Amino acid sequence: MGTGTGRGRVKNLDSLRSMLLQRRFEERTAEAYALGRIGGFCHLYIGQEAVSTGTLSVLRPDDYVITTYRDHGQALARGITPRAVMAELFGKADGCSRGKGGSMHLFDRNLNFLGGHGIVGAHVPIATGVAFAIKYRGGDQVCICFMGESVVNTGAFHEALNMAGLWKLPVVYIIENNRYGMGTALERASAIHDIYERGAAYNMTRNQCDGQDVFAVRKAVQEAVDRARKESLPTLLEVRTYRFMGHSMSDAVSGTYRTKAELEEWQQRDPIVLLRMHMEKKGELTEDALHKLDEEIKAEVQDALDFAEKSPEPAPESLFEDVLVDTTSDAIAEPVAAD
Amino acid sequence: MPVVTYRDALNQALREEMQRDDRVFLMGEEVAVYQGAYKVSKGLLQEFGEMRVVDTPITELGFAGVGVGAAMVGLRPVIEFMTWNFGVLALDQVLNSASKMLYMSGGQYPMPMVFRGPNGAALQLSAQHSQSFESWLAHMPGVKVVTPGTPYDAKGLLKSAIRDDNPVLVLEGEMLYNTKGEVPDEEYLIPIGQAELKREGDHCTIVSYGKMALVAMQAADQLAKEDIRVDVVDLRTIRPMDVEAIKASVAKTNRAVVLEEGWELAGIGAQVVDYIQRDCFDDLDAPVLRVHQADVPMPYAKNLEKLAKPDAAKTIAAVKKVMYIE
Repeated sequence: MGTGTGRGRVKNLDSLRSMLLQRRFEERTAEAYALGRIGGFCHLYIGQEAVSTGTLSVLRPDDYVITTYRDHGQALARGITPRAVMAELFGKADGCSRGKGGSMHLFDRNLNFLGGHGIVGAHVPIATGVAFAIKYRGGDQVCICFMGESVVNTGAFHEALNMAGLWKLPVVYIIENNRYGMGTALERASAIHDIYERGAAYNMTRNQCDGQDVFAVRKAVQEAVDRARKESLPTLLEVRTYRFMGHSMSDAVSGTYRTKAELEEWQQRDPIVLLRMHMEKKGELTEDALHKLDEEIKAEVQDALDFAEKSPEPAPESLFEDVLVDTTSDAIAEPVAAD
Repeated sequence: MPVVTYRDALNQALREEMQRDDRVFLMGEEVAVYQGAYKVSKGLLQEFGEMRVVDTPITELGFAGVGVGAAMVGLRPVIEFMTWNFGVLALDQVLNSASKMLYMSGGQYPMPMVFRGPNGAALQLSAQHSQSFESWLAHMPGVKVVTPGTPYDAKGLLKSAIRDDNPVLVLEGEMLYNTKGEVPDEEYLIPIGQAELKREGDHCTIVSYGKMALVAMQAADQLAKEDIRVDVVDLRTIRPMDVEAIKASVAKTNRAVVLEEGWELAGIGAQVVDYIQRDCFDDLDAPVLRVHQADVPMPYAKNLEKLAKPDAAKTIAAVKKVMYIE
């Protein structure tokens, strides 16, 4: 899988590869959306790639990840194949949710990727429940919960973090503060602007870091994950980042709720460019190697598009599948071990 | 056969299922130290400890979501709402998470969990504490909804609900907890989705469920004195509904009254009437009538509350009307 191996050293080239894959994937997603190959709501991750890559490089395969509807980047960084994600966006049978979920609901049970969730705030109590289950079973896994900064104003966020603080659960809440909840700036939505400070209300360790710097993200997440794994304590981590695209596919990138100048200022701190410059400075990357990597990734994304195009539509009879688990013989089933 | 209260029958079900499967836990407000707001969980904290009988803050949306998360990774939560009137605060987790997780994940994440608590009116609890939510809850695919009316049904259905790999919503009743009935010592389960013909007669069918099944029985007793014999079909499960049981009874009696605790518009009774008109049109000798709560928020004053609630007298009147008596 494309995820990290716990404490092991993460190669910068792997991080670059992961981030560049998300970028190229999203660029082609936007194109496919414009061509009508992808429907519904679609929220791109461009600009925030250091958050997913930095965070997920710290995790073990048996840890859990849950996120919002802006989930393509995290799904790829966790290791769902570009083919399975793109096929899902196309609403095809080979999609990672069999074409039933779409852009906002990417799932992969084999990777403990517990989904993209579409109701702002609702997945935060769910993450808390995953952490409760870890503690219940006496395991040392960790649950990572990604969310946008607008989530912190929901009741679900408050209720969930209160319980995590109260019960000391092994969960890391990662606020991807991209400054805008749809078109509403943080300062127009939250009474406090250093939102990691909200952790104080839940007796929770809190921190903030630069979300454009993959090294900063990894360091902060590693500390939080260690705290969760070794001490069963939650952390609220605010990662400051920016989305380079609109909220979804229908709004202008700039000009209404944010200025072009602000966008351009943040684009100066493109997380992929920052990592590339670091690697070039260290002598870890040549222009040729970067070009080669980029071509490989573009080919991989093209392959995903071709695969999604050819993948069959879900069978009409699947309409009624997976509404309920068939339990016709369940009443007599014996308990089995929890997974 | 031992006679136990509805409350103790639920307690037995929880205890037996928690003994049987250590993935089962109970979570909610006042379920542990306080021993349950209605004492349904009495003694469970002492037997199973605080990890499996979990007191929560007053935070319905939060702990319902905790249940969803725990179910996603293999536990089998029983989430108690002190009343379904408070459960509506958690409806987002029931509707948007629990009922949809299996479907929107393409079959990857079953939700083996129970949401349970009292539903409907008690006595003089007024507007915000007296509501019947079964038609709201049964409206959505992806869940099962059970409404036991007797201690026997409560135990058997709750045990089945806990063993089910789907979200099951169990609607109990404050006024039911003290009611008594026979519950055998030996283990049994009641399959979800099976109605029971609680009384047999050939003049008319009363279809009901939950607490109102008891009202239907009272009505049947009084009608019997006038030599009017009715079938009482207790649905026991609202979703999936046992349509065959309804059809079999109406085909025999040719008349039906549907009795429910909730409001009229888009109520469960409307759905039952639809099944009857669709499948029993040629069997009917009279239009099907419905008995339900008056279309008002529940008032506090005793006399007004009585006027608002469906009861045996209103049911008897409806039965006589479909029989063209008086």
